[in-house]
This record gives sequence, structure tokens and C-alpha cells, in this order.
Amino acid sequence: MINKYGIPSLLSILDLSVQEIDELVSTAEHIIANPKSYAQRCKGKKLATLFFEPSTRTRLSFEAAMYELGGNVIGFSEANSSSAAKGESVADTAKTISCYADIIAMRHPKEGAPMVAAMNATIPVINAGDGGHNHPTQTLADLLTIKLEKGRFDHLVIGVCGDLKFGRTVHSLIDAMSRYEGVSFVLISPEELKVPDYVRNAMKEKNIPFVETTDLEGAMPTLDILYMTRVQRERFFNEEDYLRLKDSYILTADKLDNAKQNLSVLHPLPRVNEISVAIDDDPRACYFKQVLNGKYMRMALILKLLGV
Amino acid sequence: MNIDSIKNGIVIDHITAGKGMEIHRLLGLGNLDCMVALITSANSEKMGRKDIIKIDAPIELDTDVLGYVDPGVTVSIIRDGETVEKKKMTLPDELEGVVRCRNPRCITSTEQELTHIFKLVNPAKREYRCIYCETKV
Ligand SMILES: [Zn+2]
Repeated sequence: MINKYGIPSLLSILDLSVQEIDELVSTAEHIIANPKSYAQRCKGKKLATLFFEPSTRTRLSFEAAMYELGGNVIGFSEANSSSAAKGESVADTAKTISCYADIIAMRHPKEGAPMVAAMNATIPVINAGDGGHNHPTQTLADLLTIKLEKGRFDHLVIGVCGDLKFGRTVHSLIDAMSRYEGVSFVLISPEELKVPDYVRNAMKEKNIPFVETTDLEGAMPTLDILYMTRVQRERFFNEEDYLRLKDSYILTADKLDNAKQNLSVLHPLPRVNEISVAIDDDPRACYFKQVLNGKYMRMALILKLLGV
Repeated sequence: MNIDSIKNGIVIDHITAGKGMEIHRLLGLGNLDCMVALITSANSEKMGRKDIIKIDAPIELDTDVLGYVDPGVTVSIIRDGETVEKKKMTLPDELEGVVRCRNPRCITSTEQELTHIFKLVNPAKREYRCIYCETKV
């Protein structure tokens, strides 16, 4: 979005056109090939990481991205240590931080908080996760990984497995990949954790082919990409349901036996036990590359939003 | 007040029968100093029954509220006993401070001073979503 001051922000993956995603991917590929030529690009610029709830890996990815561009980082990593603990509004925080920094990465437990910041800040705001709502830089990491592993975004069979009900990364990935030709989805989850109606209806409206199944092994041979997600304890009201379901969709080496040789296994991390460690050395495992790709895409995004 | 002939004011006509009270409440007409007439179940050639509201003062109306609650209504502005303007309402693109977001995880649930804003995302289904969390009305 662009706010009343003409400042651009990234709040949702759908803020970006297909063309803008292509540009970010190209920039990221160029950074990977020529890291040195980017080492001073953000010299003298400051990134503020405003994390109203802790998420160490996302914060570190943003910080590493800014440092590799030659910039600096200020910020806080939990609400307790910030002015929010004293009751300051998100709007006021955004206005204040605009005086100190050049760009904001904000994580907040409440949905829409980064939008409030983006409406009020005079510097760009990147949504680094707002509750169960959006987490666009994770999706950018997913997209770069798909591009680097497959060489394309079109004509792919994408399996998504695990918690498809609350898994926001899954919903964003479906949104983003639905825009490319010849993409189909296999939605693999327990009955209790199927995708919400609005996700299913959006696919139907756009005529995106998809199937829903509870059978991970059965779906395996058709997949070009398998996106695994974590079944999160905090999503369940009932401990019994969590314990019963959490092990249902664990990816083990034997389940990969009938998978394509060029399958790419992705996961937004952190994992608990949904992917066996034994798979980490399989060339099809891409989830640690995905972490690295996340940093490159954050670098590309910072450059784009700062216009440098 | 002669409810048939307002000199300077507003007539909200063709209100779906039964919605007059809701519109009266949402527009805050009970707080006005002037006289307000709410006529329910009036005869209508087109609608069978309808509600009508007549306001005996030239106030500013929040037409977004009207368009949202009952898009078929017409608003007539009366000056010196003459109708100077007659407007048919349409679904507004945005609702500001009309309805509240009920999502407990929405930022509007903790920040009291934030205006609740909804955007029309699907006119055919009259579907509005919170601009912050995208929850439906
Ligand atoms: Zn909301």
C-alpha cells in the first residue's frame, strides 16, 4: 500500500503484482551472484525492528539483511521492553520511530497492526507477521525458493500439508501461486485442519485446480513441491486434539520413496517433528535454503522500499 | 410539526418496512434538537409497506450509513417547502465508524481510538471487510 504521505509499505503478499515479485526475485538473484556490490547500498540507513511479540528467526533475518546492505539496526524484540507496555498506540509508535529510522519491520500479535503503522509512518513499513493474518516476507522466501529450485513459477503441482486451517503461510502461498498459469494444489490435512472456506472459494472462483485429501503418501508421486507446516499447540483449545493430530503428518524418509526425484520439500520453520531429521541431507530438502532465501528477499525488499 | 409539509429539512423515503427504527438509531436522530418523525408501515404503491423519516431541520446526513443499511432509500432535501434535491442511495465503498469489527484478534479490539473502517469488497454480495484484519462485517 501507499499511504497519505506517498510512502510505500508491504503488508500482504497481494500488495505486490506478479511483475513486482519478478523484480524482487531478479534483485535477489543478483544479490546472490554479486554480494559485494550490495555491501554499501544502505550505508547510513537504519532499519527499526519493532517486535511486539518475540520471533527471533524473523528478526535476525531482517537484521542480517540490513547489515549485509551496509545499514544499521535499532529496535526491540518484545512488547515488555517497549513503549507499548506503557500503553502507547501503534500509530504514535510509528510516528515516533519515523523520526529515528528509515524503514520499519513490524511484528505484532494483533491483526492489522502493521497497517495502522503504515498509515501513520513517514517511512516504509514491512509487515513481519501480524497474528494469524499476514506474513508476506515468509511468502517471498517461499517464492524465491520455488524459483531457484524449479526455474519457474508456472505449471507446478504444489502439495501443502499439515495445518491448513490456521496456517497463514499456506494461505499466502496459495494466493501468490494462484496467479501463475498451470499451477494446481493438493491440500493434505486432517479433516479438522482443512483450509477455511474463503481460501477454498477463492480457488474455485479463479478456476484453480485443487484436490483435498488426508493421505500424504498417496499424494506424494504427483507433487513438484511439498510445503510442510507445523501443527501448532496454541491453535488448539483442547490438548487431547493436539496430541492426537500432531503426529498425523510427519514426513519420514520412507514416505519420500515414491516421490519425484526433483521434488522440493519446503517448510516455513521452525519445525517440531513434522519433518524427520533424516531427510535434512536429502537433496530434495530445501527448508534451510529457504531460510537463506528469506534473507535475500528481505534485502531485495528493503532496497525496493527505500528506493536505493 | 406537520409531518406532511416540512419547510426546511430532510425526508428519507422508501425505507424497507421495519428498518426505520434501525436507521433512526444509527443516524443518531434521537440526539437532535429538532423534530423527527418516524412513520412506520406507510402505504407504498411500489413497496406495499415502507417506513419514512422526516427531519425538521437542514442537518448533514451520513449517507454512507443509509446506503449500507438500506441501499434503496431516497433522500429529499427540502428548502422553503420545495424539494431542491432528491438522491437515491447506493452501497458506499467504505464504511467509517458505522459498524465495529468483531474479531477479537483485530488491532481495533485493543486500540480504542482507532476508527473502524470497512471496505466494500464484493458489491454483488454486499460484502464488507475490515481494512485491518479483513474480517467480514
Ligand atoms: Zn478487524
